[in-house]
Amino acid sequence: MKKTYNINKKGYYGEFGGAYIPEMLYPNVEELRQNYLKIMAEPSFKEEFDHLLKDYVGRPSPLYFAKRLSEKYNTKIYLKREDLNHTGAHKVNNTIGQILMAQRLGKTRIIAETGAGQHGVATATVCALMGLKCIVYMGEIDIARQAPNVARMKMLGAEVRPALSGSRTLKDATNEAIRDWINNPVDTHYIIGSVVGPHPYPDMVARFQAIVSEEIQWQLKDKEGTTKPDYVIACVGGGSNAAGAFYHYLDDTDVKLIAVEAAGKGIHSGESAATSVLGKEGIIHGSKTLLMQTNDGQITEPYSISAGLDYPGVGPMHAHLYTSGRAEFISITDDEAMTAGLELSQLEGIIPAIETSHSLAIFNQKKFKENDIVVINLSGRGDKDLQNYIDYFKL
Amino acid sequence: MNRIQQKLKEDKKLLSIYFSAGYPNLNDTVSIIQNLEKSGVDMIEIGLPFSDPLADGPTIQASSTQALKNGMTTEILFNQLKDIRKSVSIPLIIMGYFNPILQYGVEAFCKTCQEIGIDGLIIPDLPVDVYNEQYKATFEKHGLINVFLITPQTSVDRINFIDSISNGFIYMVSSASVTGSNSGFGDEQTAYFKRISDMHLKNPQIVGFGISNNETFTQATQHAKGAIIGSAFIKHLSQFGVSKISDFVNTILR
Ligand SMILES: Cc1ncc(COP(=O)(O)O)c(C=O)c1O
Repeated sequence: MKKTYNINKKGYYGEFGGAYIPEMLYPNVEELRQNYLKIMAEPSFKEEFDHLLKDYVGRPSPLYFAKRLSEKYNTKIYLKREDLNHTGAHKVNNTIGQILMAQRLGKTRIIAETGAGQHGVATATVCALMGLKCIVYMGEIDIARQAPNVARMKMLGAEVRPALSGSRTLKDATNEAIRDWINNPVDTHYIIGSVVGPHPYPDMVARFQAIVSEEIQWQLKDKEGTTKPDYVIACVGGGSNAAGAFYHYLDDTDVKLIAVEAAGKGIHSGESAATSVLGKEGIIHGSKTLLMQTNDGQITEPYSISAGLDYPGVGPMHAHLYTSGRAEFISITDDEAMTAGLELSQLEGIIPAIETSHSLAIFNQKKFKENDIVVINLSGRGDKDLQNYIDYFKL
Repeated sequence: MNRIQQKLKEDKKLLSIYFSAGYPNLNDTVSIIQNLEKSGVDMIEIGLPFSDPLADGPTIQASSTQALKNGMTTEILFNQLKDIRKSVSIPLIIMGYFNPILQYGVEAFCKTCQEIGIDGLIIPDLPVDVYNEQYKATFEKHGLINVFLITPQTSVDRINFIDSISNGFIYMVSSASVTGSNSGFGDEQTAYFKRISDMHLKNPQIVGFGISNNETFTQATQHAKGAIIGSAFIKHLSQFGVSKISDFVNTILR
């Protein structure tokens, strides 16, 4: 059998994945597991998904040759412009897919977790579009850090509920969303924001994000005469934008994959989110994967300047890409990311999300050949981060 | 025969109490257990605290968080329980989430439980099929009974399967909720308890979640072998301390 880096029939990537959930969640997750592939294969689903991605989200997102950046680093750099999507990031590809899924499962109430607020906004947006009730859980600390996105969610008609437990950030917002689902097992669909959580979520979210690499293939063919770049690079929080950018290249080892994690203030500073280096195998949010934890198995609090990378685990696909060596993992500090964000702004006129700035910082760590085709997934725009950039650079 | 199986044979409704080990104070574990037994409790669930208890409501979350702040670890809990069988004879169950057990090592964890005299485990996020395929033999080798949960949404086929791989009791979650809700039981719950009772499963059922007083205990045990109280006990413990444990138990069993 051909080696695959995709999911197997039992819901695992290698040894990672599965559904480690309390029995209370079993009927919901099982209902989804039994139906998601069937529903995604329905012609009417595909049609509606494609239509919304085109006319509502604005796809295909351009594959832009970054001339000045390429000159500076003496290689061929293409930017996959997910920042130009409606709501400003790749997150909306997944929420469009999941809202259509929820409708077909007959669900009338939507819950989500959010860290930076990008996934919360993308969820509130599709709920407004479909007229469904929307509740977004957000850590109390993140609510204070990300006020503009909180306001956007409210304007879109969503209720934002503060997660008051634990460290009051993304992992706790996810816990609260899961508890809500336990309490509301019949009418509610949980729209998870990344390739994390119990099977089938990692696979379902990866499939909705796979549009990114599907487009890269034909866009690159037009521009370079090949569907295959030498490198695909993406930042990894939970790993959904990376999963989308890697998806159609997973089993094609001619294409090298690079995942960029947030080192925070430095990998060994005690304030970091570099899960591949600092994590150990364990269970978080229903998935067996790599996660940051104490020797005793208590999940620890990560740190990154970027709220979207501030997650103590990675999705099981990425845990497998890391341990199998299929993808190279590189970590970038807050300072390196901020500098790279400013550089892209001034070389290309594009202000990236701080999450994305991490992947752009790679050129100072790794040299590419002149003829290498390097595709970076520009996962989001920097509007939401303006205050952070202003404070950091004293603009 | 395992102490749990023996206890289940007694001709009475069983009261089981849950508490988070390491709360209110790190070293309260042994005296809480001793006081519970003295007060007439039939079985105890010792909560191994976890940073991210997905199935728990605010009361148990807060007690777990405090227990961890107090310094509780798996190693410390095992040390505290080392001599527990010199003074306590009722069944003792450890209830914890899977990750801390995985990090300790499942085999090592089961072995230590056996040495201490722990009778069973409840691990809400260890899936039935993973247990059955990977861990059942280890649990059995160390004489541990694994207790599975069912809910009002669990299908008949799945209940039958769970019954077939259980050898103690089935933990019947009272309603679709996390721990600690106390809205009381209505006709819907009673019908569910009766429906399960009428299945005549090989394993008796013990009801948990949402039992807080004599009334809910009586309702829950009308069609079940016993009931488990967690959040209401922890609230009492927070307010009145270890020395007043028997007051709480008396209000339930009065
Ligand atoms: C722009 C952007 N990029 C990346 C991420 C990280 O998420 P993921 O790793 O799932 O792509 C986020 C999360 O909020 C984001 O907003």
